[in-house]
Amino acid sequence: MSGLGEAFAAAWALIAGVEPGLVGIVTLSLQVSLSAVLIASAIALPLGAAIAVGRFPGRQALIVLLNALMGLPPVVVGLLVYLLLSRAGPLGSLGILFTPSAMVVAQTVLVVPIIAALSRQVIEDAWREYDEQLRSLGASRPSAALTLIWDTRFSLVTIVLAGFGRAAAEVGAVMIVGGNIDGVTRVMTTAIALETSKGDLPLALGLGIVLLSLVLLLNALAALIRELATRRYG
Amino acid sequence: MNRFRRVLLCLALMLAAPGVFAQNFITVASTTSTEQSGLFKHLLPVFEKKAGIQVRVVALGTGQALDMARRGDADVVFVHDPAAEEKFVAEGFGLRRQEVMYNDFVLVGPKSDPAKILGSRDIVDAYKKIAAAGVPFASRGDKSGTHAAELRLWKTAGVDPQTGKGGWYRETGSGMGPTLNTASAMNAYAFTDRGTWLSFKNRGDLVISVEGDQRLFNQYGVMLVNPAKHPHVKREQGQAFVDWLVSPEGQATIAAYKIGADQLFFPNAKR
Repeated sequence: MSGLGEAFAAAWALIAGVEPGLVGIVTLSLQVSLSAVLIASAIALPLGAAIAVGRFPGRQALIVLLNALMGLPPVVVGLLVYLLLSRAGPLGSLGILFTPSAMVVAQTVLVVPIIAALSRQVIEDAWREYDEQLRSLGASRPSAALTLIWDTRFSLVTIVLAGFGRAAAEVGAVMIVGGNIDGVTRVMTTAIALETSKGDLPLALGLGIVLLSLVLLLNALAALIRELATRRYG
Repeated sequence: MNRFRRVLLCLALMLAAPGVFAQNFITVASTTSTEQSGLFKHLLPVFEKKAGIQVRVVALGTGQALDMARRGDADVVFVHDPAAEEKFVAEGFGLRRQEVMYNDFVLVGPKSDPAKILGSRDIVDAYKKIAAAGVPFASRGDKSGTHAAELRLWKTAGVDPQTGKGGWYRETGSGMGPTLNTASAMNAYAFTDRGTWLSFKNRGDLVISVEGDQRLFNQYGVMLVNPAKHPHVKREQGQAFVDWLVSPEGQATIAAYKIGADQLFFPNAKR
């Protein structure tokens, strides 16, 4: 595989050369995916906790649905968001199709089910364990949910990172709603798809290596924060 | 705590950093051939500097690009399927269609030449021989301008390629680049525009098999999306881009784009 050697050389040239175009692409990738994950977490963590401690009709069905939605194909999400944001669609007047905002919306839709479904499981397990304790303290369900989110925070961080991985790695949705416009909506994954189209496989793989390093760096950062937090809060 | 907060602050700042986006921009629905051949990278900076209008290109197949414009998601369409473009204008979605430039299609195939057509200038005869020999042929199959041109030629050759489906005729359902990647991997014949071929790097054993036939002519046209259909269309800026493309300066800029010694597109706007 001489291609792999070339790919690593291309990746190194990309990183060492610090091309301004690449910096823009990397920055946009991070901005879009981190924004999507923050918004998704704000929606999905409370949602997951609510389903975990709540008892209501249709709960089992909702859990099954949420678990199934983890397998939502990015292309389908991209199409749905595209039709929604298109000028001819219901939200067309916003005029945000082919902007980073549209990409954030699409990735948020992708990531919410993942974070909600996984956090529901984690929090429900903790709920079973501490149910009696929390009740004997007279905690209401909402306050129990908050306590449990705090107690399981380290597991939840891993879940949020999984969500970020999904957002940063997908190409189908951002390609459709972003349009892969040079300098405006081009991110790492769509740039990789473009270079593959042009038949420049080493450069495409090189970009892939850069993306992977970036995700690795971010996970290392998260591990560091977790380490610091553990020391602070025990 | 301090360090923890500082990291959070950094994260927050990074997300809040405002994307610096020009307000003065137009969206152009165009084709993968113009984008992937590198033409836009050469052309747009010249226009943007002169007019102060940013051009945002979404590159799709011609059929998809026209659909996108029908939905009102583009201000200008710049594609290469005259029949489909005229239909688009006749339906009232586009204003006056103007011809901008042309290049040509070529048939690429393996060096080993299993269909015995290497060096031929008769594309229809070549198609007949490929079908008769049943050698692999990779088709776009995506309703793009190139796909439409390929299908017209099969019709002229009197061959229904669908009879070879699942056998020698392989529809990739993807863009020109991915289709060439597939052809290169399978050592198949493929029908492509010259621009994409010249800028394509993963050729493997593929070479140009047939070129120079009159029927391989590939005309590009440009038109403003009709503001009467979609009131938000940026009429002034969009028209400025169309006018510049067909102006002497725009035409000269197109002619100046080369890969190595090869000129990719030949301006032919009517004055």
